Amino acid sequence: MAAHSHEEHTHAQRVSFYAKTLWVLMVLLVVTVWAGFLKLPDWLGIAVALTIAVTKATIVIMNFMHVRFSSKLAWLFAGAGFFWLIIMFAFAFADYASRHWEPVQGW
Amino acid sequence: MVSVREAELHLIEHGREVPHLGEQYETIEQQNDAYTIGMWAFIVQEVLFFGGLFASYAVYRFKYLYEFVAAHHTLSVVFGALNTFVLLVSSYTMARAVRAAMLQQHKTQFKYLLWTIFFASIFMVNKYFEYSSKYHHQLIPNQSYSAEEVIHHNHLKVDNGMVDLGKRKVSLEEFTGRTKLFFSFYFIMTGLHGLHVLVGIIILAILAVRAYSDHIRRVPHADYMPVEMVGLYWHFVDIVWIFLFPLLYLMGGQ
Repeated sequence: MAAHSHEEHTHAQRVSFYAKTLWVLMVLLVVTVWAGFLKLPDWLGIAVALTIAVTKATIVIMNFMHVRFSSKLAWLFAGAGFFWLIIMFAFAFADYASRHWEPVQGW
Repeated sequence: MVSVREAELHLIEHGREVPHLGEQYETIEQQNDAYTIGMWAFIVQEVLFFGGLFASYAVYRFKYLYEFVAAHHTLSVVFGALNTFVLLVSSYTMARAVRAAMLQQHKTQFKYLLWTIFFASIFMVNKYFEYSSKYHHQLIPNQSYSAEEVIHHNHLKVDNGMVDLGKRKVSLEEFTGRTKLFFSFYFIMTGLHGLHVLVGIIILAILAVRAYSDHIRRVPHADYMPVEMVGLYWHFVDIVWIFLFPLLYLMGGQ
């Protein structure tokens, strides 16, 4: 779906595609600020804030960064990065969460 | 296969007006794919670099929740939201610049690159105001740091050197140290992010000069990949802020 015939190999989209993406991001920005003032319990507040942030980031990656239209290998690289990020978080949090099971002085 | 001589002739004839196909590639599409994957490899290591900061922030936010919540109230949600707005719009103008580059519309490309620089600069100016207000209130985490502004801002009661946080009391010394830790995270994370914005502005300026020269010389087939790669970087910087804003300014719950 190239927007211009002489550049059919590029990922150029219609202008409306980028404009709609921006509108969705703006709506999500308003929602996240609104949710921030709701005085939700901490676990719920952070879950809502992070869900909206992940949604926004995914929209930027897919539409603005053109991953949606990129090769399988580009998908793999982008996906691997976030997979590694999850490993880092999981191991770091598992460490801190389990420290009090085996108390060691100075921790 | 392109011989060295052929490649030389190609450069003499077209300069950088036509993307040059490297000897190791079969087609220009394959070459562009390789560029994209290389750029993603760079972005992934940037993600992990910021990820380490996010992970340690999460650990201490969990550990010192009450102190972090009190400290975050001194940040201005209005400024933070305004900067999120500005960066999201700059991502849009960047995407439009990339689109124009792909379609060889160099004047449009130039215009949108300037818009992106403009919004990035607004972001930096806002950050300057925010940082100066923190400096003014002695919230820079150095020797002259004082939690007084945090206590005053949250109307906290201090009794016998103990700060009353509602559900628990901590000593003023502990309170000072823990809120100072919050501001250390705030300045390191937003500072490194701001550095990325500054670097982005410089690269965008170089691209803008190139786009203008392509426009003047009416280059018909300029290589759009540099613009697309810088676009990836710019969107990544936007994504970091998408996470910094709710975690530092909104903090989720209360």
